[in-house]
This record gives sequence, structure tokens and C-alpha cells, in this order.
Amino acid sequence: MLEVQPGPAITDVPVNRQHTASGAFATDRDRHRCWIVVGALVALGLALAFGLLAWGNPLPFGSPGFWRIAQMRATSLIVIAIVVTCQAVATIAFQSATNNRIITPSIMGFEALYIATQTAAVFFLGVTGVVVLKGVPQFALQLLIMVLFAMLLYGWLLSGKYGNLQVMLLVGIVLGGGLGSVSGFMQRLLTPSEFDVLTARLFGSISKAEVEYLPLALPLCIAAAGLLWVRSRRLNVVAMGRDVTTNLGLNHRREIMIVLFLVSVLMAVSTALIGPMTFLGFLVATLAYQFAGTHDHRFIFPVAVLTGFVTLTGAYFVLKNIFYAQGAVSIIIEAIGGATFLVVLLRKGKL
Amino acid sequence: MIEINGVCKNYSSSARIGPVNLQIPKGGITALVGPNGAGKSTLLTMAGRLLDPDAGTLTISGHDISRTRSKDLAKIVSILRQENHFVTRLTVRQLVGLGRFPHSGGRINRVDEEAITRAIDFFKLTELEGRYLDQLSGGQRQRAYVAMVLCQETDYILLDEPLNNLDMKHSVQMMKHLRKVADELGRTVVIVLHDINFAAHYADWICAMKDGQIVEFGTPEQILVDETLSRIFDTPVSCMRGPKGPIAVYY
Repeated sequence: MLEVQPGPAITDVPVNRQHTASGAFATDRDRHRCWIVVGALVALGLALAFGLLAWGNPLPFGSPGFWRIAQMRATSLIVIAIVVTCQAVATIAFQSATNNRIITPSIMGFEALYIATQTAAVFFLGVTGVVVLKGVPQFALQLLIMVLFAMLLYGWLLSGKYGNLQVMLLVGIVLGGGLGSVSGFMQRLLTPSEFDVLTARLFGSISKAEVEYLPLALPLCIAAAGLLWVRSRRLNVVAMGRDVTTNLGLNHRREIMIVLFLVSVLMAVSTALIGPMTFLGFLVATLAYQFAGTHDHRFIFPVAVLTGFVTLTGAYFVLKNIFYAQGAVSIIIEAIGGATFLVVLLRKGKL
Repeated sequence: MIEINGVCKNYSSSARIGPVNLQIPKGGITALVGPNGAGKSTLLTMAGRLLDPDAGTLTISGHDISRTRSKDLAKIVSILRQENHFVTRLTVRQLVGLGRFPHSGGRINRVDEEAITRAIDFFKLTELEGRYLDQLSGGQRQRAYVAMVLCQETDYILLDEPLNNLDMKHSVQMMKHLRKVADELGRTVVIVLHDINFAAHYADWICAMKDGQIVEFGTPEQILVDETLSRIFDTPVSCMRGPKGPIAVYY
């Protein structure tokens, strides 16, 4: 019988070399660490979610009344999940697209635009008009305005002859500042009662979100975040900058426009749902880079979403059950989140 | 062969490059030399399609780079810019692995892994492959970058001043590696060099640029002539026979 000899190796590569380290993780240790982090975050997230549903529930566990109350509280959990998914995925995608890890999409004038539209609504329509203009149409309109603004800005700034990311960022910041000034001016002309209505709308607040927005917000969030996750491998390349991206055969401008469009959808959903959350995305992204221990977006995205969920549910839980102030979650996010961020930064010595 | 026909790039009315007509032969090392601001890097980046020319056509082994899909070009030509700053934290092996993207689409299989290992071993980075880029010296990092474009396995490799910031030893090592890339792997290397003596010793062809124009193209022996070099660099240069071929003395 003919013995099949193994043909000569195509290469002179020694067979004992590890052929695994080119992927997402440099070593097996990093890989294990990432999975442990994911496991810990999932466990913590589940515990906090259960805590939010069950803590302080006046009815005995398992009774129909218990579940009814838990069901009502579950809405907040869904809102939290949507917001952190939007903020975490948008911030990381934005940072990779712009090759800059110390900015967030918020500085591109998103929040200023939200504040400006809300202020303009109160300014021009008055309290009565704003109260009439509520519900899904108002939410959809807010979404549409923000995505349109973002696409106009990005499209205009990136397509010009001298179009580049730095100019885009700078113009975004300047426009954000300008919109902020316009809002500030209009706010000064409001009557105290109108201003009161407006202030309530401008605080980042989970309990503020309307249940009726969710059927629109949830699919948009899942679709945009999912598309970005599917494009992870391309994002890994785009994060290396324009020259490397082009050299490796991707159309850099096209990739950036797609990413920025999806980012603007995510940011619009989050901001229109609960208002500005400037610090959350930045905090979550920075922590996720540390936790994930890889450059691969396939892992960074989920780790970031989990980190964000734990952070936000934790903050919400503390505020609601210890300080009885569930309204202003953004305050504790900035306090605890900022502290964590500083500790990580000081210990590691770099971003 | 890289064919450049009537390529122009206008930065302003006073700073314009071209029209350039040039044919860079297939195989060997072609060095682009010339004074600062002559347009060497601009020409190279246009050939690597990182910069769009304002006029003219560029063809690389029969493919017009403005018409060919970028994805297909990435398997024909690769380019490395002078400045590389990456925010992403990568190990040497992961960086080199990114060079496989045109072939793998980011899904690295066994063939890719072998190509990565070959490129790493070729540039003597075997011991360093698990190190992060921020843990390397400048010379080692530069080698890792070049290994990345080598790993792309393109026939044409364009390098913009790869000797920048390298000391004597690392410069010589890099040029020897590139010589091997050309001789043993049969790739065509086009390289922007500042030191005319490196070009003279390691390149097969020297292309001299000045004020956005090609002024000379030839073998090192043809270019290393007192009068020619003095004219190109606007400074008195005298060429002499060194122990390993012609040397230009300009200090």
C-alpha cells in the first residue's frame, strides 16, 4: 500500500512555534483574564439588576404583587441597558474612528444641540406648547434633528478638499460652544416657570425616560450597536489611522462616514431618551480598554457595554435606595466614575 | 513596473510637484533622493494612493491606481509612511498580523499565521514578537513596521524614509534586510533616502528629484558624479572611490 508522505512544508517555519498570538490577545493569560472580567461583570450586572428589581419591594418575594412592582421597575433597567449600550459603543467607535482616546462624541456638539433644541422649544412654544408637544413624535423629531445635524457636519467637513478629522473635531467643538451660547442666551430670556420646565428636561435622568419611547429606541440601539460590532474587524484597522487603513485596502473616508453615522444614531437615541450624559461614555470606554486587555473591538465593545451596565445600575441603585434621589444619576456617575477613572489613570500612568 | 505619467500635485502656486514622468523598473531597490522639499515623499505617497494626484496617471504592474479597487491594490502595493503613531496598543506579532488584512479580512488563519511568522523571523524580531510596541526601541519599532508591510506580501513595497531616526548600525541592518527582501523574495522596493551614500551602496537605481521634477535617473555609478550631485543638492559634492564602491563627500 502506498504510504502517503507528508509533502515538504511550504515554509521553513518551525512547527513548535505558537501560532496563536497574532489574534485579539497577546498571551493566553490575557485571554483568560478577559473572560474572567466578562464573567465577573455579568455576575455583578445580574446581581445589581436583581437588586434594583427586588430591593425595597414591599410585597413578599414571589407573590403576584411582587412581580407587578418588579415589572414596573424593569423599565428602568431596559432604559439603563439602552443608554449604556449607546454611550459605550458610540464612544469607543468614535475614539477609534478619530484615533483619539481622550474625546467623546459629546464634545462634537451633540449635547449642545440637544440643549439648544429643547431650549428653543420652550423659548418659542412656551410651557403650554412644550407640554402639548410630547410623546413619540417629539422623540422621533429630536432623533432626526440630531442625526441630520451630525451627518451634515461630518459629510460637509470630511468631503472637502482639505477635509480631515482634526478640522472636523475642531469645528464640532466650536459649533457645540456656539450652540451652548445661543441656548444660554435664550435661557436668560425665559420666565422662571419656563426655565423650571426646561431644567427638568436637561438633567440626565433615567426615571425621566418615557416607556412609549422604548419601541423606537430599542430597535435603533440594537441595530446601530450590532452593525458596529459586526464591523469590528474593520474598526481594528481604522483605529490605526488613515494611512494604514488605505494601505490595507479599505476606503478610509467611507469607513469613517459609516462609523460616524452609526455613532450619531446611538448618541441621538441616548440623549433624546434621558438627556445629556457627558461623562458616562468616556468613563466606560477608558475602563473597558483596561479591562479587555486587547485592541480587538469584538471584545472591547461587549466589555464596555457590561462595564457601563454595572456602573449605571450601581449608581442608580445607590442613589435610589441609599440617597432617595433617583433623579440625578449623572451626578453620582461623575463622582464615582470620575474617581475610578482617576485611580486607574494614576495607577497605570497612561490612558 | 511603476509607470508615472504626467503626475502633478499643486500645494500652492509656488509649491508644485510635476509633471513627473517616470518608470520604476520591476525588481531591485530604487532609491528616491533629493534635497528637502523636492517632492520625494509626495511622489511616493501618490504612488501608494495615500494622496490623490491633481493630474496624470499612476500605473503599478498594469493597474491604474485610480481605477483599481483599493482592496485589490492592497495585494499589489504596500506603503509605509515616515511617521507612525498608533493609539492602539499592539504587540509586534499583532502589528505584523494586521498586514494580513487584505488577505484575511481580519480573520487570521494558518496560512496567515505562517506568513506572519516568516515576516517576523525575516526581520529578526522572533524574540520580540510578544512585546508591545511601546516597549521597543526606535530601531526595533521601525523594523516591526517594515515587517508589517512585508507581511502584506505585495510585489511592490514603498517606504518613506525608513532610516529616519535610526543610528548607523540599525540603518545598515535595515538596508541589508531590504536588500534581502529584493534579492531573495524578489520584491520591488522603492525607498526615499536622505543619505546619498546609503542609496549608492544598497540601491540598484537612483532617482534624483529637485523642485518637484525628476532630474536624474540611473545606476549609482551614473549618479555619483561630482557635477551631477552638486547640481542636485545645490552644494559642492565630490565623489571618490571608497572601499565598497563610490562615496559622496559633501562636508
